[in-house]
Amino acid sequence: MRRLTALKAALAVGLLGLTSAAWAQDPVKIGLILPMTGQQASTGKQIKAGVDLYIKEHGDTVAGRKIEVILKDDAAVPDNTKRLAQELIVNDKVSVIAGFGVTPAALAAAPLATEGKVIELVMAAGTSIITERSPYIARTSFTLAQSSVPLADWAAKNGIKKVVTMVSDYAPGHDAEKSFSDRFKEAGGEVIEAIRFPLANPDFAPFLQRAADAKPDAIMVFVPSGQGGTFMKQFTERGLDKAGIKVIGPGDVTDDDLLPAMGDAVLGAVTAHFYSADHPSAKNQAYVEAFKKANNFRPNFMSVGGYDGMHLIYEALKKTGGKADGDTLIAAMKGMSWESPRGPISIDPETRDIIQNVYMRKVEKKAGELYNVEFATFEGIKDPVKAAKK
Amino acid sequence: MSQQPPGEEIARRLVARASWQPLEVLFWAAALASIYVLPGRHLILTEIAILGLFALSLDLILGYAGIVSLGQAAFFGFGAYAAGLLAKYDLVTEPLLALIVSGVAAALVGFVTSFLVLRGSDLTRIMVTLGVALVLREIANRYAWLTGGADGLQGVEIKPLFGLYRFDMFGHTAFCYALGVLIVLFLLARRIVHSPFGLSLQSIKGNPVRAAAVGIPVNGRLVAIYTIAAGYAGVAGALLTQTTAFTSLSVLDFERSADLLLVLIIGGTGYLYGGLIGAILFKLMQDYLAALTPQYWPFWIGLLLVAIVLIGRERIMSWTKPIRALARRLDWRRSTTAVAVEGQRP
Repeated sequence: MRRLTALKAALAVGLLGLTSAAWAQDPVKIGLILPMTGQQASTGKQIKAGVDLYIKEHGDTVAGRKIEVILKDDAAVPDNTKRLAQELIVNDKVSVIAGFGVTPAALAAAPLATEGKVIELVMAAGTSIITERSPYIARTSFTLAQSSVPLADWAAKNGIKKVVTMVSDYAPGHDAEKSFSDRFKEAGGEVIEAIRFPLANPDFAPFLQRAADAKPDAIMVFVPSGQGGTFMKQFTERGLDKAGIKVIGPGDVTDDDLLPAMGDAVLGAVTAHFYSADHPSAKNQAYVEAFKKANNFRPNFMSVGGYDGMHLIYEALKKTGGKADGDTLIAAMKGMSWESPRGPISIDPETRDIIQNVYMRKVEKKAGELYNVEFATFEGIKDPVKAAKK
Repeated sequence: MSQQPPGEEIARRLVARASWQPLEVLFWAAALASIYVLPGRHLILTEIAILGLFALSLDLILGYAGIVSLGQAAFFGFGAYAAGLLAKYDLVTEPLLALIVSGVAAALVGFVTSFLVLRGSDLTRIMVTLGVALVLREIANRYAWLTGGADGLQGVEIKPLFGLYRFDMFGHTAFCYALGVLIVLFLLARRIVHSPFGLSLQSIKGNPVRAAAVGIPVNGRLVAIYTIAAGYAGVAGALLTQTTAFTSLSVLDFERSADLLLVLIIGGTGYLYGGLIGAILFKLMQDYLAALTPQYWPFWIGLLLVAIVLIGRERIMSWTKPIRALARRLDWRRSTTAVAVEGQRP
């Protein structure tokens, strides 16, 4: 009997040795869940391109372990996201689930990250609450409040007194509306009307008419990346630009991906955001050049979310010496800081959310193409929603 | 046999049609075996079981009563939200009980809306069912304080099944649960369609005017089957919520109703298994193609659908003829019943 136990112990030790030896060569798998089809496909396309570019530039091996990216399409439908995340964790044994084009998708996967002790790296979705839903969530994109609060400060200081807010009726829109309005009122401004419109296939015309009737100095608008073009088109069609109403907002409305096709209607729109393809740094110029070479479109703020997400994974793995379990990896990610194409950024050790500069930009024409040209910087912005909770 | 009165002959044939075929037994044996044989695939199998049940609900009205619907997602979504809300606010904590409550709630919605479907012909019905689904979707979108709106219903926590089996991450509990519910409801559906009630539905499908002329209460029967089918769809939706602990507006999407019709077209209507076979093919095809090309898989799905329609399901079915012939030869009852019939002859 005793011999049997000894044998078992020996066997267990042997197995342990085997597994630890195996892990040194095993690839680190990253499940990339993105909307590659459907309405949010442009988000998926940009992030995928950012991820691919990073791997191309930095090789596919880090800390002695090969990086294997498994791409899945959830078409931004949350129950797809959940099933895919579950399969990736259970069957493919991924160490990281990444991507998440929309907030509901990121939220749906959060309980799985907690249960499976797997990192959930949010590369796009921008609602503040996401990182609070699991201790394994980190974010390399942005929060809406990060852009909206500096925007309110800027508007109040630059002669804008009366504002109508127009947002898509879902969590990021509510975040943008609330954080902007609170700050703007604090600074002495007035929000004369708050308009919300449905997220899916909205017709902005009637809402724009309501906004125009209120005769504001400016309209603060948030629509998800992809709908900005339609909004600006209808804005000028109604002649609101000629009525002297300014468009301000978080940068989603003048998304770099769609900006060149928006036409001169958007000239002069002022937005606050964390990334512009026009950001004047050597790092960004190299990034935009390499990106355009690999793809035939311009990188937008989604793409840097993917690019920086990969950087975070690579650097965290270097720090842990290739150990990829959830607890070790998230500990390594906390507090990490680096120079991104968007400027200096870091991961807040307390909230695992991103800290970054927010830039004020104005749409201008450069060499025949429309760009968001930065003219002022707010440095080291933490997510204001979480900061306010303390 | 020509000496027998025609009524008896018809009855004998109907009983024969309602009896269990060897292939059916094989089908369910395989389904049960998958619990042990494919433990790594339980997540997708759960989705297949749910989609299969959902398709069964459409088959009940389309395949047996001839009601074309493009809005079955209305009941699916209603059941899904009902189950989600019941769990979120701890109203009914036992999943199976919550499932039944959700199914009944969806059936009630089906009952109320069935009166709209009675009017008009196929095209009107498509419009009406589509409209009902759109209205429900917008209601769910509008009342975000209750449903979570575009963000989906957050904070749903499903308690262990019977207080014993936790819904695990590998989907084992979820699959056994979904399969169990599917089997029970399938048996019920099988009983329904082979009953006199089911036969009357088929005669309504064939010719409503003549059916009314021979004394079948057409409207009453249609209301009944529409209500039952809505309940089935509601149970399928509730299963989805319970197995994913989450629900969102996508359960009420038009795409869900449209996909459902595709599933049924792939599998074939009017023999109950069409929805199940269609669900298996559709999901596996989608899963396989989406893994191959995450960007362009809808293209291949579309191409395959066109191919299936062009080749014709009958021709594809004819490829399985050897299997069916073999199954018939293996049918142990065939010889015995034949002997029994011989023996009864005077």
